[in-house]
Amino acid sequence: MAEALSPARARRAPARREALQAAAFVAPFAIAYLVLFIYPTLKLIQLSFTNAPLIGDGKWVGWANYARLLRDHLFIQSVYHTVYFVALTVLPTTLLGLAIALMVVRLSGWLRSIVLACFFLPYILPVTVVTLIWQWVLDLQFGIAQPLLRLFGGSGVAVFKSAAWAMPMVAFVTIWWTNGFNVLLFIAGLRNIPPDYYAAAALDGAGRMAQFRHITWPLIWPVTALVLTIQLILQLKIFDQIYLLTQGGPFNSTYVVVQYIYRQAFVLNHGGYGATVALFLFAIIVAFSVLQYQVLRTRDVP
Amino acid sequence: MTRWRRPDELLLTLLALLSAGLWAFPLYWAVVTTLKPEYEVVAPGIRLWPQTFTFGAYAYVLANTNIARWYLNSFATAGAVTVLVIGMSAGCGYAISQLRFPLRRLLFGLILASFMVPLQALIVTHFVLMNDFGLINSWGGVVLPQLIVPVVVIVYKQFFDSIPREFREAALMDGASELRLFTQVFLPMNWGVTTALAIITFIGAWNAFLWPFLVASTDRAMTVTVGIVQVHDSFGVQYARNLAGAVMAAMPVALAYLIFQRRVTEAIALSAGIKG
Repeated sequence: MAEALSPARARRAPARREALQAAAFVAPFAIAYLVLFIYPTLKLIQLSFTNAPLIGDGKWVGWANYARLLRDHLFIQSVYHTVYFVALTVLPTTLLGLAIALMVVRLSGWLRSIVLACFFLPYILPVTVVTLIWQWVLDLQFGIAQPLLRLFGGSGVAVFKSAAWAMPMVAFVTIWWTNGFNVLLFIAGLRNIPPDYYAAAALDGAGRMAQFRHITWPLIWPVTALVLTIQLILQLKIFDQIYLLTQGGPFNSTYVVVQYIYRQAFVLNHGGYGATVALFLFAIIVAFSVLQYQVLRTRDVP
Repeated sequence: MTRWRRPDELLLTLLALLSAGLWAFPLYWAVVTTLKPEYEVVAPGIRLWPQTFTFGAYAYVLANTNIARWYLNSFATAGAVTVLVIGMSAGCGYAISQLRFPLRRLLFGLILASFMVPLQALIVTHFVLMNDFGLINSWGGVVLPQLIVPVVVIVYKQFFDSIPREFREAALMDGASELRLFTQVFLPMNWGVTTALAIITFIGAWNAFLWPFLVASTDRAMTVTVGIVQVHDSFGVQYARNLAGAVMAAMPVALAYLIFQRRVTEAIALSAGIKG
């Protein structure tokens, strides 16, 4: 790194001065980071080896909480449901995001602004607003979407009270809510493709499908990989929509990992065991983040 | 209108409009429902515009819930999160970008690494910590755990990195202090970034659910995002009222987006690592 300081400052004492000044700039963030991030993380590890309640001290129990995880039926189910939710959301929302971006990017002017705003606005809303809207739209008696459901099922469905419908519908609501984010990333990526490529392909007589397959898809792949991994990590952390729409029901059929942390720590007052479940989530997310880093690091080398 | 010369182009445009309308329809339907009297809401048939236009649902929510207090709590906590996150991160990003000091690389590495940590996993120990601080059911308790947003530091560092060194050298020659340099050269030059980051930080804090829900269960510090679900619980199936609460909770962030549309999208693309 080029230390291009002015001659007056290039002597010895200034280096110390600079370090002190840096400390002053860094201190607020560093203190917050230590207290609100490093300490809670270490404390979480310590808690996971105790039988502490949420508030208060417990006894050291060694690996007992971890052994319990492996035998805990509801925990294993919650892992399974989380994976199911990830499967229902990640790939569909990525492909849908790309499709919508392709549709939006060829528009221009006010038309484009309006269409983009329609797709993006849900992403800005609080989760509670989103779930209230869909509870209304899907209401068994008065919901405006019920006639549509009757087309499939013959009769109306209380979607969030049916074991078969609950998770797919939570996934659907999630996609509606967050898809705008993906659309945005894809539009940014599509705009980076030089228009000349399409002009040249059109001259060669390539149709819309051929252009997509040979130009758009390979060139947008890095963004696709980015969106896929962001979504994967995001959806593993699912809690809010589940809690608000189904509370994990019916019959625990939508119970997910973060909800299990909440249940153990905050409902059953098992701070120690709750911490163990939290560490499990922690480890999974970190593992996938490292994977994401690996995938994205190689993205410039096709 | 060259783009509509071919029929399939026109068809694609119509398809885009139609699907956009369909996508946004639940939003429209929710808002329109709040403007109807309850009996019309549950009347059979689909009425796209209220027959009897009324603000009764809003009046009811305003009169029968503590929504004004929740609003105050939301503005106070989301405002505090925004100011603190921007201030701390800009300072930290400045030091990492412009100053040489021991442990600089370690600090930046730690910040990068904390990107991957799910805050949901820390709810247990955050709660214990806030309880130790005596901050359960207070603004401070809502705010503190939301202050760890490493991506803001990283965005600031990148932007400060891109400012030519001549600016810094010239200002230092003139005898400017680091603080002056930071507040009067580097921050103003990146005003757009700061606005964009501030808006999405505010929206994020306003919309936060899990943590405020855990730490603030009484009206004293409950945010409006959490509070409107209480409305739901106490009203049962009174959809106009439920949704009136929801519309009020969404209003500030929806307006922020519609007014600063470009800034918001820019900030989101930035923090996802792509310059849009």
